[in-house]
Amino acid sequence: MSKMTLTTEGETQVIVTRRFAAPPEAVFRAHIDPTLIQQWCLGPDGWTMPVCVNEGKPGGKIRYEWSDGKGGGFFLTGELLEVDPPHRTVHVERMHLPDPTPDNRVITTFAADGAGTLMTMRMSLPDADTRKAMLASGMEHGMEASYARLERLSGWKAAA
Amino acid sequence: MQATQSLDRTFAALADPTRRKILARLARGEATVNELAEPFAISQPAISRHVRVLSEAGLIVQRVEGTKRPCRLAPEALSELEQYLQMLRRALESNYRRLDQLLAKQTKKKETKGDDP
Repeated sequence: MSKMTLTTEGETQVIVTRRFAAPPEAVFRAHIDPTLIQQWCLGPDGWTMPVCVNEGKPGGKIRYEWSDGKGGGFFLTGELLEVDPPHRTVHVERMHLPDPTPDNRVITTFAADGAGTLMTMRMSLPDADTRKAMLASGMEHGMEASYARLERLSGWKAAA
Repeated sequence: MQATQSLDRTFAALADPTRRKILARLARGEATVNELAEPFAISQPAISRHVRVLSEAGLIVQRVEGTKRPCRLAPEALSELEQYLQMLRRALESNYRRLDQLLAKQTKKKETKGDDP
C-alpha cells in the first residue's frame, strides 16, 4: 500500500499527496487545531511537540517546537495567509536550526475523495539550492529515525 | 560476511550526529574540511577524523586540488536526490500514520455518540 507520493516539480517545488480515510473537515481540522497537531506531527519516534501555536486564521501565527526529550530540538515559525475551511490553507514557514531557513510557501488542499480525503501539499522554495538543502535536512532527520529503528531491530549499538 | 562488515561500517559512520550533519552539508555540494568545520565548535583535526570515517565507510569521496582536498558525497552512497526523497518520505509517512490513527479514533467517538439515544 503506497498512499503517499512525494515528488519535485521544476527547480523549486516539492509536492506531497496523501489519502486519508476521513472526510476533508476532519483532516483539515487535524492540520490547524494545535491540540490535534501535537498528537501526530512529531517526525521520528520519540520526538514530541511541547509548544504548538496555530492561530487558524489569515494573518495568524504558527509556531511548532519539537524536542527529542534529550535536550535536543528545533522549531518552526510561520504565518497563515489564507484559511478556507475545509478546502485550503496557504502559509509560509521557516525552520530555525537555529538559523532560520529561507521561507517555504505551502499551499495545502483537502479534496473529497470517495468517503475520504486527498490532501495535496505544494511547497515552493525560493531557489533550487534551498530546495536541495531542505531535502538534505529531511535526510538528516530521516536517517536518525531509520538508525534508531535499526538499532531496536538488531539490538546493535554504535561504538561511542 | 564482507557485505555485513561493510554495512556495519556504514551504520557506525552514520551513528554520530556530527557525521550526519557533515553528510547533510555535503548534500548541498562539495566542501573543504575547513568549510565543513565552520559550523561546528570542534577542531579541524576532529572534523578530519570524522571525514576519514565517512570516507572509509564509502559515504564520501575526496579529490586533490592543490593543497586542498574537497569532499563530496559518494554518488553510489547517498547523493541522489531520490535518496533524500526516500528519507523525507519515511519521516512524513510516520507522521501520517499517526494522523490515520487519530482520525480513526475521532470517527469511532462520533459513531458511539451518534448511537446514543
